[in-house]
Amino acid sequence: MATQRDKSKTIPGTTIFDGAESRKGYRINKFAMSFTKSENREAFTADEEAYMESWDLSDPERQFLRDRDYRGLIEECGGNIYMIMKLGTCTGHGLYHVGAQLRGQTFEEFMETRNASGAR
Amino acid sequence: MAKIVGGIGTSHVPSIGKAYDMGQQEEPDWKPVFDAYKPVQKWLAELKPDVAIVVYNDHGSSMFFDKYPTFAIGAAETYPIGDEGWGPRPLPDVPGNPDFSWHLAEELVYNEFDMTICQELSVEHGFLVPMNLCFPHEPSWPVKTVPIAINVIQHPLPTATRCYKLGQAIRQAVEACEDDLRVVIFGTGGMSHQLNGTRFGHLNTEFDNDFLDKIESDPIALTKLTHQDIMEDAGAEAVELIMWLTMRGALSDDLTRVHRNYYAPMTTGMGLIALEENA
Ligand SMILES: [Fe+2]
Repeated sequence: MATQRDKSKTIPGTTIFDGAESRKGYRINKFAMSFTKSENREAFTADEEAYMESWDLSDPERQFLRDRDYRGLIEECGGNIYMIMKLGTCTGHGLYHVGAQLRGQTFEEFMETRNASGAR
Repeated sequence: MAKIVGGIGTSHVPSIGKAYDMGQQEEPDWKPVFDAYKPVQKWLAELKPDVAIVVYNDHGSSMFFDKYPTFAIGAAETYPIGDEGWGPRPLPDVPGNPDFSWHLAEELVYNEFDMTICQELSVEHGFLVPMNLCFPHEPSWPVKTVPIAINVIQHPLPTATRCYKLGQAIRQAVEACEDDLRVVIFGTGGMSHQLNGTRFGHLNTEFDNDFLDKIESDPIALTKLTHQDIMEDAGAEAVELIMWLTMRGALSDDLTRVHRNYYAPMTTGMGLIALEENA
């Protein structure tokens, strides 16, 4: 059986979404998945704190949500990028905003690094 | 007898769907993507497939990590447009062919591919972006579809070899169907991209072009790539490319390449290849 992942060899700047991450991120990912229903998006927009209160979330998770700290949600809480993206309709932050945060850059700095940034 | 008449490898980048819905096809940075699909649309219109098997992954639309299947097959009359968090896209629901889906499921399971069978499934960008780029769809789609979903987002993932063998089993299953159906198969996702960590935005054009070469001429070489190999070279999310091997496994080696394109404007290598069976 060929080894599919060399766990002794981390890939710099990379988090692999595996069992450990999925267990760690289960709460925040389930919360983010709730945004696939319009009534939940509306409830969050109407009263963020009350909506967060209705879910099983940790204090750091709630704080990262308040701060729109996607790096924290993904890298520290086990957030899966595809789930975290779903918050975007309510927070107004798309993939490239999240990506710039992950890279430690401003949105504009990140856009400078792209080949044809009109295709956003 | 049903037969596979062609295969398409294509990225399924969600922003393409959004640009399409906003009518940005002629904007300079988007135009190369949309133009690339025009010859494929024309080819498909001439090829007249009855069914499109679309190999894709669900990014949290109809499936979640409470129970995320490794291999799943749709068996519904209709696949509604999913809500991925920003409302369903304005596309008509996609027709299925449940008789054919159940036939494929039976053949695949007895051939030791233990598929999860989904009688209710909404479809999302992994499925819809390739479909919307390749087929006219107003007021309705010209083909029936069979969605095949593969887990490429939560490790452990199936191996590249396993995905290729699934394709081979799909070919056998198609050929075991007595209905005269012309079938095309899509392998979707990738190419190089990474959406997490400080390496967010990683691209590898050389890897992508080599993959496009080999998916046509030497797919066995690609089946030898481990997930680690693909993630190191082409980014963590590039591992989606193993779904192209399912498409290729369902084809013979007697093929004509109809079209090929590559463009990497933002964070994902957008690749396209169309292969037609000669026989
Ligand atoms: Fe994808």
